[in-house]
Amino acid sequence: MPNLNINGRNMSVEASNDTPLLWVIREQLQMTGTKFGCGAGLCGACTVHLNGEAVRSCQTLVSEAAGKKITTIEGLSAKGDHPLQKAWILEQVPQCGYCQSGQIMQAAALLSKNSNPTKDEVVAHMDGNLCRCMTYSRIQKAIMRAASEMRTASNASTERRAT
Amino acid sequence: MNTHVKISGSAPADLSRRSFLVGSAATGLLLGYAAVPGIDQALAAPSAFEPSVWYSIGPDGLVTVTCGKADMGQHIASTMAQIVSEELGSSWKDMRVQLASNDPKFNDPVLGAQITGGSWSTMMNFDAMSRAGAAGRMALTEAAAGIMGVPAGELVVRNSTVLHPKSKKSMSFADIVKSGKITKTFTPDELKAIKLKTPDQYTMIGVSVPQLDIPPKINGTAKYGIDVMLPGMVYGKVVTPPVRYGATVKSVDDTAAKKVPGFIKAVTLDDKTGSTTGWVVAVANTYANARKAADALKITYDNGPNAKLSSQSLIDEARRLQALDDSGQFFVKDGDTAAAFGTAAKVMEAEYTTSINIHAPLEPMNATAEFKGDILHMYSGNQFATRSGAIAAGAAGIDPKFVVMHQMWLGGGFGRRLDADMMVPAVQAAKAVGKPVKVIYSRENDMTMDYSRPLTFQKVKAGVDGDGKLIALNHDVVSAWPTARWGIPDFLTPSVDKKGPLDSFTVNGSDFFYSVPNHNVRAIKNEMAHTATPSGQLRSVAPGWTFWAIESMIDELAHAAGTDPAEYRIALLDGKGKNDGGAQRLRNTLLAAMGMAGYGSTKLPKGEGMGIACVSSQERATASWTACVAHVAVSPSGEVKVKKLTVATDVGMQVHPDNIRAQVEGAALWGLSLAMYEKATLKDGGIEQTNFDTYTPLRMSQTPEVAVNVIANGEKPTGVGEPAVTVIAPALGNAIFNACGARIRSLPITAEAVKASMKA
Repeated sequence: MPNLNINGRNMSVEASNDTPLLWVIREQLQMTGTKFGCGAGLCGACTVHLNGEAVRSCQTLVSEAAGKKITTIEGLSAKGDHPLQKAWILEQVPQCGYCQSGQIMQAAALLSKNSNPTKDEVVAHMDGNLCRCMTYSRIQKAIMRAASEMRTASNASTERRAT
Repeated sequence: MNTHVKISGSAPADLSRRSFLVGSAATGLLLGYAAVPGIDQALAAPSAFEPSVWYSIGPDGLVTVTCGKADMGQHIASTMAQIVSEELGSSWKDMRVQLASNDPKFNDPVLGAQITGGSWSTMMNFDAMSRAGAAGRMALTEAAAGIMGVPAGELVVRNSTVLHPKSKKSMSFADIVKSGKITKTFTPDELKAIKLKTPDQYTMIGVSVPQLDIPPKINGTAKYGIDVMLPGMVYGKVVTPPVRYGATVKSVDDTAAKKVPGFIKAVTLDDKTGSTTGWVVAVANTYANARKAADALKITYDNGPNAKLSSQSLIDEARRLQALDDSGQFFVKDGDTAAAFGTAAKVMEAEYTTSINIHAPLEPMNATAEFKGDILHMYSGNQFATRSGAIAAGAAGIDPKFVVMHQMWLGGGFGRRLDADMMVPAVQAAKAVGKPVKVIYSRENDMTMDYSRPLTFQKVKAGVDGDGKLIALNHDVVSAWPTARWGIPDFLTPSVDKKGPLDSFTVNGSDFFYSVPNHNVRAIKNEMAHTATPSGQLRSVAPGWTFWAIESMIDELAHAAGTDPAEYRIALLDGKGKNDGGAQRLRNTLLAAMGMAGYGSTKLPKGEGMGIACVSSQERATASWTACVAHVAVSPSGEVKVKKLTVATDVGMQVHPDNIRAQVEGAALWGLSLAMYEKATLKDGGIEQTNFDTYTPLRMSQTPEVAVNVIANGEKPTGVGEPAVTVIAPALGNAIFNACGARIRSLPITAEAVKASMKA
């Protein structure tokens, strides 16, 4: 009975230690925003954060996640208003939308460390996430927009502190 | 040449055969067409699952549009709402969408069934949704006039409000609905007589309103088929045989599976619909356990008659069939090609091939089945509810009228979800274990059991006169026949040589808008491929291969004649006879793309080239006009770098400009992915590629700049989701030739093939 800390809540789940985290999140916790795409770490649809790092939950055993902070798309922001989520709407990124939870989680891990990425850094960081609708250019634009917003917000708060 | 397909066994269900209902109930205003059953009885679904509605307006003023189309990312639900909203006069913020069940009253008003494909949805629903919206506005206006005591003619409707400018009185839609005073009904003739807005009066159409389905897709709340959860539900994982089609299960040993905690049962499918062969479902309390149990099953197979076949077998068979004078049926037979070849100054022949391609939408195939009393409930994202319900019924051994299809958002469709194989394991597992079962394919199941884009072989023979002008063309297309597999005669097209129906979804596009006086197109069914690799409709279908051949050959002819390929095409697009109108639109589109790309005016360095192509995808009767200029750089080793794709498309009228750009860009990148990165192969009767390590769609790092020019000239709206797929491969092939002299005739394009074809 592993104990998980997911989106800030502690939960005990019934699953053998070798169960992929993905299925525990989707079926037991019924948080279906994290998607199954390939089961082999090749598409990125199942991306979640483990202690802030983007990982493929289909390749992460529930035992490996125990004791770490797990964040899913449902917990990325309180009201669905993470700068990336806002940018995803402003750029009208999703088509079918199935990969987009994973895309946003993958991008969020980048921006949490680097709010001023170059285009090449974005591409390198995002290249493991497939989008079968091929919304790649909008994903890029939305990441750049969110990064810009985060920098502005961060500068504003720095200025406020300074005065 | 095919016209619009209609599934209706009888005459198509047009507006004159429907009555329009407007009624006011305590719960809201309901609007819809009372459907006339028009589909084949075998496919008929029950008629009374829920009220007949295209949209309703609640007492809160919210307008909920029910979309009878599958939404797989083309935002069609939002588009339908936008068309309704234009005529209704509602605020965009009040619009909501929901997805229709398989009740026939939600059938497409032109097609008479629930099917989503062909880039047909907007063009075929525009009128019906406009009239539904207008009728609602008129009913609301009449009721408001009565309540306010003013003449209806003095009222104006905007932003979900009916205003009387003279007295400054107004009523919101919500107030009018709450009054319960809406009584107006429309006869079919009155409905038909409604004067719709003219484009200059539009305030919604042509505006890029925020898509209604996007917010739930960025916070994880959008529900796809795979997300369905039912009380008491268990999970199924399919075990599929080593061959794509034709296997039978000899034995199933579940000794080891029984040791997996939560394992319930292994169910061997008895599939009388023929959708699957030799499949077993491992059912368990969780999907993880179902996967473990599936892996633990020891199954022996008879691999059947296709077990020795390979891609090479299929192409060898295609060549054999093409070489026979009497194989196939004619799709086009204009003039006398044999005589024209006799007088031609020069004859050129070439063969073009495309590989097997896999749809691989990112949401793997899945379906959830639940028997409740006499009713079978199916939950799945599906492009063809009418047929899928019938397949589910066939798998259950019940009448299709007892099947309710619950539509979900589709995690990609691309034609894959026109097929219904996923219904069978869900239904039979649910029946076997007496509980609702959600069956989810692994990616490996999904790839190896795809109803793939078929391997194709085309032979093109062209004759030119002394000036190099094309005077005769024989075009043979050999492939599996995706649509023939459906067993719905109305989807097939009579052959012009009266040798029985042919599958026009293997030859569409070959009936192009170039004027060629002597022109034959022969559709040849590759029965071996048809049986061994049952094929499906993959985004853009036939034009994805027919234009590869045609637009490559036209370039070859232009170069042989020493004419610029653009000028050569423009001369053929003379708009004579049956090509009048379409040819000119295609010419204009080509010129637009050329202008945008700097074709012929930009000096390119050595090793770079621009190539053009122009297409009238999808079908001749439902064409959009699309042209591409591809700009490539080719290294001495044959590596092709795509620097830019410039795509122009004439869509007639644009409902949502931003969505058209998104669809055209996505389609163009699909075209690039199919042209350069995606290849599946058959070996020992099975598809060799099982996951995204060996079947490799385009990734972000491979994505070039795509410039899109949308031409909206006020004609009727055309489809936009598919045509751009078909224009990319020939434009790339032609660009590669211009860059390095290598002529590629086989897809996907590889560096090896380019290097081997380079002029020494």
